[in-house]
Amino acid sequence: MILVVNMCKEKMHELEFVKPIEDILRKSNKKFITKHYKKLKKGDINNAKKIIICGTSLKDNEFLKNLDRFNWIKDFKRPILGICGGSHVIGLALGYKLKKKKEIGLKEINIDKEFLGINGNISVYHLHGLLVLPEVYQKDNLYATIFHPEVRNKKIIEEFLKV
Amino acid sequence: MKLGVLFSGGKDSTFAAYLVKKNGYKIACLISIVSENKESFMFHTPSISKTSVQSEAMRIPLIVQETKGEKETELMDLKKAIEKAKKEFHIEGIVTGAIESVYQASRVQKICDELNLECFNPLWLRNQFELLQNLIKNKFEVIITGVFAYPLDKTWLGKKIDKKFIEEIKKLNEKYKINPAGEGGEFESFVLNCPLFKKKLKVKSFQDFSAGENSWRRELEIE
Repeated sequence: MILVVNMCKEKMHELEFVKPIEDILRKSNKKFITKHYKKLKKGDINNAKKIIICGTSLKDNEFLKNLDRFNWIKDFKRPILGICGGSHVIGLALGYKLKKKKEIGLKEINIDKEFLGINGNISVYHLHGLLVLPEVYQKDNLYATIFHPEVRNKKIIEEFLKV
Repeated sequence: MKLGVLFSGGKDSTFAAYLVKKNGYKIACLISIVSENKESFMFHTPSISKTSVQSEAMRIPLIVQETKGEKETELMDLKKAIEKAKKEFHIEGIVTGAIESVYQASRVQKICDELNLECFNPLWLRNQFELLQNLIKNKFEVIITGVFAYPLDKTWLGKKIDKKFIEEIKKLNEKYKINPAGEGGEFESFVLNCPLFKKKLKVKSFQDFSAGENSWRRELEIE
């Protein structure tokens, strides 16, 4: 079972930041359960084979006031993928610093070391006002993208499902 | 939370408005941009002037902003309209019917950011056939008011979005890569009835305009 972690403060943002991820999992015939980060129980984490932490809207930084809800990241040994806000909470759990950096829209980036089946120049969709980790990050079981791979780079999520 | 919906009168922005209400938010106003440029990059153009009839049917106030429709000045006009909605109706966020267009979505995101407003795109990345089926399931009565791509022609004007339409567009999607929701600008639509409307709209008359065999728009007169 894959655990999808919903980071949205506003219910209607779930249609924009969570449903597209769920649709990719459905299309790949993967079993998953979605939970809001404030409602996660120990059992949800223990039963998860993999975890995807979704992003949220540009103005929604409520998760920063609740970082203690993400203490499980350091102890979880199976793969985690953090997207945008999800990337921030992974970075903060690892002790990296939060910076302000706003990027909205498509941008060409270069990935010099293969990351979940992607390398070279790619076009990615940004929607963030903060920055903790670089464009892509991978260490041990932790994977993160500051951009939204569900928009133009679905392959990244599909590859993560194969990890 | 009080929201303003960017409203063209077509199926996407109307369905987005429906989701606003369904999810428990308040639609404080609708915002329509009337572009003089029929090739607008940002805004739906056929029958756009009829959004006032739809807003009356919904009993929701409408802000209409005219624009010459040149690539970047239309964004300034959009910002002006959103500022007006913030001032007059105290909206805290904007809702769009964007599905896949990062061009539209990122520009609205930037304007919302500048005006310190939330931005909602409840149809974002939704499967296009799922969206058409959602319309039928939720009793939306929608007709085609513009076609702009081969092999769509005049015979498509006035067609209802129903199961038969989905079958036809599915075939065109397989053969010609026509986007089934028309978001690539292949076709435009107009909503005559949906759960937000207090009364159903009827087409009194119409006039068709052509800019080529595969480019037609229908201007409606509503009863």
